[in-house]
Amino acid sequence: MNAYVGTPTSRVDGRAKVTGAAKYAGEFPADGLLHGFVVEATIPCGRIARLDTSEALKVKGVLDVLTHAKRPALADKDEAWKDEVAPEGSPFRPLYDDTIKFNGQPIALVVAEDWETAKFAATLVRVEYEQNSFATDLEGERSNAAEMDKPHEPRGDAAAGLAQADVRHDAEYVIPTEHHNPMELYATTAVWGGNGKLTVYDKTQGVQNVHKFLCGVFDRKPEDIRVISPYVGGAFGSGLRPQYQVVLATLGALALKRSVRVVLTRQQMYGLGYRPMTIERVALGARSDGRLDAVTHEAIAVTSRYEDFARNDTGWAEQLYSSPNSRFSHKLVHLDVSTPCDMRAPGAASGVCALECAMDELAIALKLDPIELRLKCYSDRDQSENLPYSSKQLRECYARGADAFGWSRRNPAPRAMRDGKELVGWGMATGVWEALQMPVAVRIVLTSNGHAEVSCAASDIGTGTYTIVAQVAADALGLPIENISVRLADSTLPQAPVEGGSWMAASSAHAVLAAAEEVRKELLRLAGKMPGSPLADAGLADTVLIDGSIVRSSDSSRAVSIADAMRHGNIERIEKEKLNQFDEDKKHARNTHSAVFAEVKVDEQLGVIRVTRIVSAVAAGRILNTKTGRSQIMGGVVWGIGMALHEETVMDHRFGRIMNANIAEYHIPVNADIHDIDVIFVDEPDAHINALGVKGLGEIGIVGVPAAIANAVYHATGKRIRRFPITLDKLLD
Amino acid sequence: MNNFQYSRAADVADAIRLLTADPGAKLIAGGTNLIDLMKENVERPSRLIDISRLPLRNVEETDDGGLRIGALVPNSDLAYHPLIEQRYPLLASAVLAGASAQLRNMASVGGNLMQRTRCGYFYDTATPCNKRSPGSGCSAIHGLNRNHAILGTSASCIATNPSDMSVALAALGALVHMAGPSGARTTALTDFHRLPGDTPHIDTNLGAGEMITAVELPPHGFSHNYSYLKVRDRLSYAFALVSVAAALELDGNTISEARVALGGVAHKPWRSLEAESALRGQPATADQFSRAADLLLQGASTSSHNGFKIELARRTIVRTLTQAASATPQSQAHKKIA
Ligand SMILES: Cc1cc2nc3c(=O)[nH]c(=O)nc-3n(C[C@H](O)[C@H](O)[C@H](O)COP(=O)(O)OP(=O)(O)OC[C@H]3O[C@@H](n4cnc5c(N)ncnc54)[C@H](O)[C@@H]3O)c2cc1C
Ligand code: SF4
Repeated sequence: MNAYVGTPTSRVDGRAKVTGAAKYAGEFPADGLLHGFVVEATIPCGRIARLDTSEALKVKGVLDVLTHAKRPALADKDEAWKDEVAPEGSPFRPLYDDTIKFNGQPIALVVAEDWETAKFAATLVRVEYEQNSFATDLEGERSNAAEMDKPHEPRGDAAAGLAQADVRHDAEYVIPTEHHNPMELYATTAVWGGNGKLTVYDKTQGVQNVHKFLCGVFDRKPEDIRVISPYVGGAFGSGLRPQYQVVLATLGALALKRSVRVVLTRQQMYGLGYRPMTIERVALGARSDGRLDAVTHEAIAVTSRYEDFARNDTGWAEQLYSSPNSRFSHKLVHLDVSTPCDMRAPGAASGVCALECAMDELAIALKLDPIELRLKCYSDRDQSENLPYSSKQLRECYARGADAFGWSRRNPAPRAMRDGKELVGWGMATGVWEALQMPVAVRIVLTSNGHAEVSCAASDIGTGTYTIVAQVAADALGLPIENISVRLADSTLPQAPVEGGSWMAASSAHAVLAAAEEVRKELLRLAGKMPGSPLADAGLADTVLIDGSIVRSSDSSRAVSIADAMRHGNIERIEKEKLNQFDEDKKHARNTHSAVFAEVKVDEQLGVIRVTRIVSAVAAGRILNTKTGRSQIMGGVVWGIGMALHEETVMDHRFGRIMNANIAEYHIPVNADIHDIDVIFVDEPDAHINALGVKGLGEIGIVGVPAAIANAVYHATGKRIRRFPITLDKLLD
Repeated sequence: MNNFQYSRAADVADAIRLLTADPGAKLIAGGTNLIDLMKENVERPSRLIDISRLPLRNVEETDDGGLRIGALVPNSDLAYHPLIEQRYPLLASAVLAGASAQLRNMASVGGNLMQRTRCGYFYDTATPCNKRSPGSGCSAIHGLNRNHAILGTSASCIATNPSDMSVALAALGALVHMAGPSGARTTALTDFHRLPGDTPHIDTNLGAGEMITAVELPPHGFSHNYSYLKVRDRLSYAFALVSVAAALELDGNTISEARVALGGVAHKPWRSLEAESALRGQPATADQFSRAADLLLQGASTSSHNGFKIELARRTIVRTLTQAASATPQSQAHKKIA
């Protein structure tokens, strides 16, 4: 029964959030709570020659200053520091030794009775360094780039294909480093429970990941540490790996045997992960009719000296555009910076941006409409795997999006459309992301009064997991949504991976279904044993739960209420936990797709750019909740506008320091930058992917948006900007 | 943040007494700039003298038909004050172009005049900066200087003054009233801020122990032909790359009086009397406006990343003067440049 799934159900946690009842990691109270403030390194590379904490320790209210030289034990093996999603390499260990690996690295934690005292005392910690030579500039060091594993095997001979092509486009696109800047600051409250046990309230996308990590780093037994993270004020990938403040708060609690809270400042958060800067070369060769002969996509990305962070920037053409020849490469440059991390649509946001700008440039060279070019080389197969898609309604996205946007009225010539002092540009791009799914376990406790508690360790990072879990459970259990309470993000709850990759909606929904089936099985067993039971001979597959009863699907007059079944069975509650695994489907490629259309208006004299319209037509299987789903896509679109026009982490490479580490100078769009955003969900039935046909929406919303805008800016002005963000100075002259 | 003492001034005389007694003391009004700088350890006052409750919140008419604005009038009250909206809409517009609604509710007139540069090196105590620590060097000159000054720079500092309000005040010919240990004095706003020279750590000519008590507007408000246009990296809530306050008096299509002040290009609001007098008596045409722009930008010099500012300033000057001449001032509420 589908009373809730597929409807625009409002967030079940919305009220708690807007009234302030929802507590975040840095808000949990604890008796005798202490506050830690982080002292950061101000050089990018070298070692600490002297660290003098004596003045800080003299401040009234300061209990201790933890440093590499003075702290409880930390694991000394990389294995302990490698979390569920750690890249290759040797993970960063805060306060481990005297080496400095990046600017902003934590080098001491001042612990005091209150935050202001800790913050003040932190200014009194004296540090002397032995500085080593260093490099932080990707462009300056690009000749030192080293090849990673190939994202995809080459097919055919891309170089020869390019050489023989009728029309070629070959250019480099530069995407700067960007920071997530979630609204909530990174924070941990480590609550000391006596006898060495800790409850750790942490801002994270994966409580069980943090739990396992802490147990390893501090050599504790699983039952000694519990990690809880009921609400997360945005993370966007920055919370997939345990962040250093969770280590520091735990270290403080263990050192002082008291509860310790560490909240990072906005500035300090620029010492965490980020979207790595990339230089992306895309070379396309086509026949004069628009069919592709060759695709080459090479990326050079920044990573730290100690870990190889790499994502699939380059392989997306294999999914989108059929070409007999293709070659992809992803190179890394190791620099004296912290390790990058996932940021909304990692790899795709940057790589598809480059690819889709290049496709636009190719369309212009071919004198083809950009949609027509994409349809000419539309691929019904994932070429690298040589597999058909479980579903792919991208053609429909182009058609519906173009129609809603009014694309047919576009004059293809650049600078041909204007509105007063503004040049008008229309651009489009394709978006693509993966439809992943992971094993998740869910526990359902159904009580005879018709209430159910549904629990799982998964996080809701603002994406709406609480709500879709409640919707799916309400439908599967045949109860009103008000009767469902959802508990998430506690490491003691049933197993879940980190919340990322757009896999949580499909994964948690099917785990709910699996657990609900166990509940129904039990109800059927109880109902079947009732004297004269109308369900005595019913098979499980022939039953559903509707309106508080277990009902025979083939004959709805045969039903037993949940209350009756449980009363007869003489039980108050049914508790079932089930781990859901997806059958590995090796016959299909699984992706979500979108077509993004952008209108920009550019002041001809001043270069000021406004994105006046975006239409995003998305094919992502079945949409569990059209309201939270739409919000998710809108958020991605707004971020895509920022990526196109505003976002850039600026570093002075003489110091290896970020010079705009605050949200006054690191620009993201504000209300005045946002105009019409139209989200269209294209119907995409999918019989292969999973029972509900769900694919996930977390990342697809941003992919393609920056390219659509860049293409629109070209259409408006005749200027092709390949270095993002597109700021007005790049359009003057 | 450092440890500091806190006193609440009973009246202006008390504030001055407290300031004089402790050379490390700082006044605090709305705190929107000072607290930020304290959190970054850029400002480390030994004492905060809270003046926010002093009775300097009035906007009063002066005998000669101008207005006197108390130093503690919040930016939002100023922008929405009926007398300002009617008689000095250029000032209202400039204030609304700055910061955000929340910040404007807290920010005071005095604090706005005293706000410090947004140069990233000034904020980062791990880098050299002559303004923050005199003699340490200027990191911006050979560093990241996209948003730095092109006029009136020195070999010691190329920072800009970030205030929008001051740009309009400069154009309107405002006066700054100060009180200090040796009594009250008044200066033209255009003489209040300094060029960096070899003392970039001194932003203004406010003397030791002195505070701003009021800003005075002369009677002429240019309420018909004016515009404030701020060009920035996003449509709102960003500091100016270039801003222009333009005010004209027209006799038919002939300019009888002209004021043009630039923001985002220098260590102080930038005016050129030469440019303004060149406009007087001329027709209000794009040619005249671009001639004035050339005069305003005479002697401009750029650094590695801000070369675009000269051309941007030139075009913004012409646009703003055009808006002013046609009595179609830039709206600060529309999501669009007129
Ligand atoms: C994120 C952000 C964005 C902003 N954007 C803009 C913008 O776009 N445009 C713009 O113009 N401004 C902008 N501002 C700056 C804002 O306008 C100033 O911070 C504000 O005007 C300062 O006023 P205040 O009363 O809060 O000053 P305070 O922070 O209280 O004081 C600032 C300085 O002035 C001194 N002072 C205060 N009152 C007096 C007085 N009466 N006499 C002498 N000295 C005094 C203080 O000692 C201190 O040194 C922005 C600020 C922030 C934080
Ligand atoms: S421009 Fe001025 S404020 Fe900026 S670093 Fe140089 S001296 Fe400091």
